[in-house]
Amino acid sequence: MVPLFTAEGLTSVVFMAMIGVTVVGAIIATNTERLIRAVAGLAICFIGVAALYYFLQSPFVAVMEMLIYVGAVCVTIVFAVMLADPEEGQHGKGNILAGPFSIGLGVILFWGLAALALKTEWTPAASVINNGSVVEIGKSLLTTYSMVFELISLVLLVAIIGSLVLARAGRTRTETES
Amino acid sequence: MMIPALQNSLSTYLILGALLFAFGFYGLVQRRTLIGMLISAELVLSGASINFMAFNRFLAPDPTVGQIFTLFIMGIAAAEAAIALSIVIAVYRNYRSIDAEDLVDMKG
Repeated sequence: MVPLFTAEGLTSVVFMAMIGVTVVGAIIATNTERLIRAVAGLAICFIGVAALYYFLQSPFVAVMEMLIYVGAVCVTIVFAVMLADPEEGQHGKGNILAGPFSIGLGVILFWGLAALALKTEWTPAASVINNGSVVEIGKSLLTTYSMVFELISLVLLVAIIGSLVLARAGRTRTETES
Repeated sequence: MMIPALQNSLSTYLILGALLFAFGFYGLVQRRTLIGMLISAELVLSGASINFMAFNRFLAPDPTVGQIFTLFIMGIAAAEAAIALSIVIAVYRNYRSIDAEDLVDMKG
């Protein structure tokens, strides 16, 4: 416990507000009828997650979260919603898995994971070998993890070409059919 | 007036990660459209990322490992979103619908 009107206390207030933003975003993303609102909720949730990364002393990952998730993934999903024109308003009707079953599954998962996290004795590392700054991340990426770094660029290249091929193939066929 | 300093305890982040994971699974089961399922899958991935970042900050001997893993999760998630959405577009061109229950051509 810390006093409210100090730097640390006000930081705690901001932190709780960011937890609220994350949870509200997740609720909006999973429970709204319209998909475009779900995408907006996902963006709100990711903004909260980026703030949590900042509190976890990794501003670089927070910036990347904003750029990649809020800036790229959400916008891509908005484009897909625009192009695919989903039918609205038949939220889980006629599906035996929807409703109480899905809520029960979520509650059981949350309860199990939270109980596991609280009951385990976490032991911190005896010594820390660096401070986790951007410089250290860059060094690790280009020495220890250089192979993974190259492989993920390959994965992204394959993803770009694959999505182009998939979208393009459908387009040429509908043009020849019409 | 006193206020708990939640940002300095590991269990706050772990519970939040579990909450996002559970919300993602709930949405994955309950949504009918393919895009709604993709949105929920992103929630599951970000719950996993929060766990990695929390352990990285509080327990890891090398504090760059969790950050690098989270960056790789972001890269994989971006690739996954691009591929899944182009599949959704292709499905929509063929079926004129992205409802998961309309895609029953293979049903016996």
